[in-house]
Amino acid sequence: MPQQQTLTDKEMTLPILQLSGIVKIFPGVKALDKVSLNLYPGQVTALVGENGAGKSTIVKVLTGIYQPDDGEILLDGQAINFPTAHHASAAGITAIHQETVLFDDLTVAENIFIGHAPRTKLGLIDTQETSKLAQQLLQGIGADIDPSIRLRDLGIASKHMVAIARALSIDARVVIMDEPTAALSYKEIQELYELVEQLKSQGKAILFISHKFDEIFEIADRFNVFRDGQFIDEGKIESVTEADLVQLMVGRSVNKIYPQRQEKICEDVLEVKSYCHPTEFDDINFTLGRGEILGFYGLVGAGRSELMQSLFGITKPSDGIVKIGGEITTIRSPADAVGHGIVYVPEDRGKQGVVIGLPIFQNVTLPSLSQTSQKGFIRLAEEFKLAREYTQRLDLRASSLDQDVGNLSGGNQQKVVIAKWLATQPKVIILDEPTKGIDIGSKAAVHEFMSDLAEQGLSVIMVSSEIPEVLGMSDRVIVMREGRMVAELAGDDLSPEALIRHAAGIGEVNP
Amino acid sequence: MNLKTRSLPDRLHSPRSQVFKNWETLLFAVAVSIFVVNSFASPYFLDAWGLSDATFNFTEKAMIAFAMALLIITGEIDLSVASIIALASTAMGAGLQLGLGTTELVFIGLAVGLLCGAFNAVLVTVLGLPSIVVTIGTMSLFRGISYIVLGDQAYRGYPPDFAFFGQGYVFWVFSFELVLFAVLALIYGILLHKTNFGRTIYAIGNNPTGALFSGIRVQRVKFILFLLTGLMSGVAAICLTSRLGSTRPSIGAGMELEVITMVVLGGVNILGGSGTILGVVLAAFVMGLVTFGFGLLNVPGIVMSIFIGLLLIGVIALPRLWKMFLNRR
Amino acid sequence: MIKRFLIARETLLLGVILLLIALVASRFPGFVSAGNLVNVFNDTAPLIILALGQMVVIVTRCIDLSVAGNLALTGMAVAMLNSVAPGLPIPIILTISILLGAGMGLMNGLLVWKLEIPPIVVTLGTMTIFRGIIFLISDGKWVNAHEMSASFTGFPRAETMGLPVMSWIAIGVSLMFLLLITRTSLGRAFFAVGGNPHAAVYTGINVGKTQCAAFVISGALAGLVGYLWVARYAVAYVDIAGGFELEVVAACVIGGISIAGGLGSVGGAVLGALFLGVVKNALPVVHISPFWQLAISGAAIVIAVTFNARSNRSSGRVILKPARSNS
Repeated sequence: MPQQQTLTDKEMTLPILQLSGIVKIFPGVKALDKVSLNLYPGQVTALVGENGAGKSTIVKVLTGIYQPDDGEILLDGQAINFPTAHHASAAGITAIHQETVLFDDLTVAENIFIGHAPRTKLGLIDTQETSKLAQQLLQGIGADIDPSIRLRDLGIASKHMVAIARALSIDARVVIMDEPTAALSYKEIQELYELVEQLKSQGKAILFISHKFDEIFEIADRFNVFRDGQFIDEGKIESVTEADLVQLMVGRSVNKIYPQRQEKICEDVLEVKSYCHPTEFDDINFTLGRGEILGFYGLVGAGRSELMQSLFGITKPSDGIVKIGGEITTIRSPADAVGHGIVYVPEDRGKQGVVIGLPIFQNVTLPSLSQTSQKGFIRLAEEFKLAREYTQRLDLRASSLDQDVGNLSGGNQQKVVIAKWLATQPKVIILDEPTKGIDIGSKAAVHEFMSDLAEQGLSVIMVSSEIPEVLGMSDRVIVMREGRMVAELAGDDLSPEALIRHAAGIGEVNP
Repeated sequence: MNLKTRSLPDRLHSPRSQVFKNWETLLFAVAVSIFVVNSFASPYFLDAWGLSDATFNFTEKAMIAFAMALLIITGEIDLSVASIIALASTAMGAGLQLGLGTTELVFIGLAVGLLCGAFNAVLVTVLGLPSIVVTIGTMSLFRGISYIVLGDQAYRGYPPDFAFFGQGYVFWVFSFELVLFAVLALIYGILLHKTNFGRTIYAIGNNPTGALFSGIRVQRVKFILFLLTGLMSGVAAICLTSRLGSTRPSIGAGMELEVITMVVLGGVNILGGSGTILGVVLAAFVMGLVTFGFGLLNVPGIVMSIFIGLLLIGVIALPRLWKMFLNRR
Repeated sequence: MIKRFLIARETLLLGVILLLIALVASRFPGFVSAGNLVNVFNDTAPLIILALGQMVVIVTRCIDLSVAGNLALTGMAVAMLNSVAPGLPIPIILTISILLGAGMGLMNGLLVWKLEIPPIVVTLGTMTIFRGIIFLISDGKWVNAHEMSASFTGFPRAETMGLPVMSWIAIGVSLMFLLLITRTSLGRAFFAVGGNPHAAVYTGINVGKTQCAAFVISGALAGLVGYLWVARYAVAYVDIAGGFELEVVAACVIGGISIAGGLGSVGGAVLGALFLGVVKNALPVVHISPFWQLAISGAAIVIAVTFNARSNRSSGRVILKPARSNS
């Protein structure tokens, strides 16, 4: 596309949106530390960085959800600020958010136009016009969705298309796409790419956030790297290789960060047979050996977390057998699971992992109260002893054991969750996205610790969407897609390409 | 294993050093000043028997408030308590008509309380319905049944020994109700602050999902608390019926509001997660003393209720207003 | 269609109401005479109006328990005003009562919005405060029929086009709500805030402000009903409409409005109120003591909330694609 290249080169000098020196501080964390970001008309800028690098925070600053504590936002060279989401969209900035921020009980058309629906002369919402425009928008992005249907009745991919239509319903100059392809199928992703090209040709500036390097190199014109809330580098995408980008993101070479382990897998600890759920997963079969790390890879929404939560007793399976240590076991609740030695470190740390409001030591001893108490009465000395032992093993960084877990960083909260479970002396530990949203230092510590645990004979299931982590940590990997196991890979079969191919189902679409 | 030598201190501040920042300390100061003001305002205030009488203003409500505090800390609520009193009292009255004695009547009162609690518990924990709507419903239902049974009639003629629960004295000026209040305060204090069960209550209140994911049987704990709240309403029904000596379907009407006010005034977070039994005990005294003092000054009951309403909103609003004021400066 | 599901639920409720009427009519045909049905509707009008106001509050995940207190205080205020200034025209009385009610609603709303106090605490508190204020301003005395002007008491009862004004107001308010809910951005905002407050922020909706608006609406309607109530029964005292707030909430719950927020409809609120109105009016006809009413509405709340939760239970997200041969 030489023509387009020259056009954009000319306009390169004038970014639509310039952010400089943006600072955002949360209690205990500096989420953004003087970052800058420039978005040019007709160009796709890929924002890359690890989880916790500050990508989602900058999106929230740009869309008026968060107010920056310092720094400057220039729109066409004019300083501007966005006190609410309304102000941002009025300024022509729209976003497709990572999480679907839509309303289940409203219709598709109502969702697309909430806040800016077309009006009749009387000032009332013009429902017919809303439906018509919604239909057009949806058709424009190749989505075959009835605008009068309730959002609740749509699948994840369709909801995502509605979110995209909503973003485009605003006549925007800047379009932010935060992991737009995570929930989409191969075909839908191709359609999204076409849409991006279309937006580019209309001269819109696009901020594209993705973890997938193939995507970035396919559609981005520029890159911008954040690491630990700081701006690292920016430039044209042609000037870098994938390895360069990874280096910039991580700050060191990737190959060294995963600990080496000797495999010595013995007897099976856990066996899962034809395990089913009516809507979330189907026909799951696997075994887990003592001291093994079994990885579960898949796209977001492939049913991995749902499967793990069912094994942990949160949701009831419709069918299937779970054997622990060779014995058939029924797990009806998390309490049962803990009793049988299965524990779960959830992805949603704040909601499901720690109990914010309780101090560290009470979080650690919560599932082990029967150990530290006498006839149901609390013995504080014993509690502190147990909490001290396990927080020390995990090298927890905090001011005291009496501190509220809410004041800890993500990485340290994760350590509290792991300490809590180790104190119950489990047989199987399930880690769901164990390093999501935690800093690199803690990440390496968690990896090392997982490896140590496996060495000591604990069986580990690790759900992860980060390919390097899956490849670096797992002895064996099960790939899931749309609630089903599609591959079990080990040894030489394990490669990034194989994982992506199975997870996205590319091999099947183009046989 | 990489055994690091670094170990965290247990606490940075000793619990005693925090005592002056507590809500309970503030309440205590309020209670003392009301006491002092009242003793100056009315010459009849400082009288052992008068003060003893004044405790009846809060003992029955406080019994329910202890259980309600636990329930509210877990993030649930029971608005049907006053109606449980009505139903339990009506059932005792019906028992009376059958010629039952005091022991059986007490048993009926407790059993009806437990049953009503169980009914709420099943709806909330087994069917997973929101406790606020469920108990608004059962609030009408339980009292409605009393109205069906009694209409505009009343049960009277409780046996003389039944009067002990609401009118008897254990020792000197210490009434049965006051002693029962003290014993229950101690039991609930230990239950909430010194047992594993109490710890799980706080965990559930701060984060029900997190508690569930930590292997706590959240619904079972809530079930037990609804039962306890029902049971305490049964106990209060026995005391109140015994004190009044009669049962009308309107018995204890509006008491749920005062119980909840007492709990909130005691520093229990209405959204769950924090609160102490000591706070509720102090709040009971504050409300009792205010009622008694106003009574001596011939202030009508309905004006009292304005005060209670203001208190309920004020205790939550004032700290927040103060914080806003500090932030603005 | 758009709200297939909601409509189905309302149809069911309508069916229950019709069945109830038919049952009563089979024994007492007089119950279905036009005159009596108009009576029943007119009798239920205050409940319908208040249920609509309560609906928007509940849809935004709040609750307003102060409506009956608000009603009684406004009613007393305008009754006293009328007794000292009998010449005041009705439109002014109406405006004053709506503004007074809205002011009390605003007070609730501001406490919920600015101080973030849980709505149940705020309105439990203001409910008693409002009642107490009635006592203070009236000194506990009644305002009786002979102290009110004829135009004051006559307005809600005046018949136009076959229905009393009271009924027409209920119909008018219902239609206005239909527009508010389906055709205005405020109406959408109520549902957005209740359905997903987190997402509402992303779409630029101020959650607290929207909730405050709901309280103002509910308060304004309570004020309006305050005047109508006092004029219709030609008496004002501290305890009028005592406990009526529970009946209002009951009407909403029976009408399928989810206490968890985000779900509800005008039809639901109206039908929920009508259900209670029909029951209340049918009891004396079939010679059942009016003392049954409280228990019946309590049971109806419990049954309705159970039923709503059953039919509302979402299956979570559906990951498995339906009907596909195994991979």
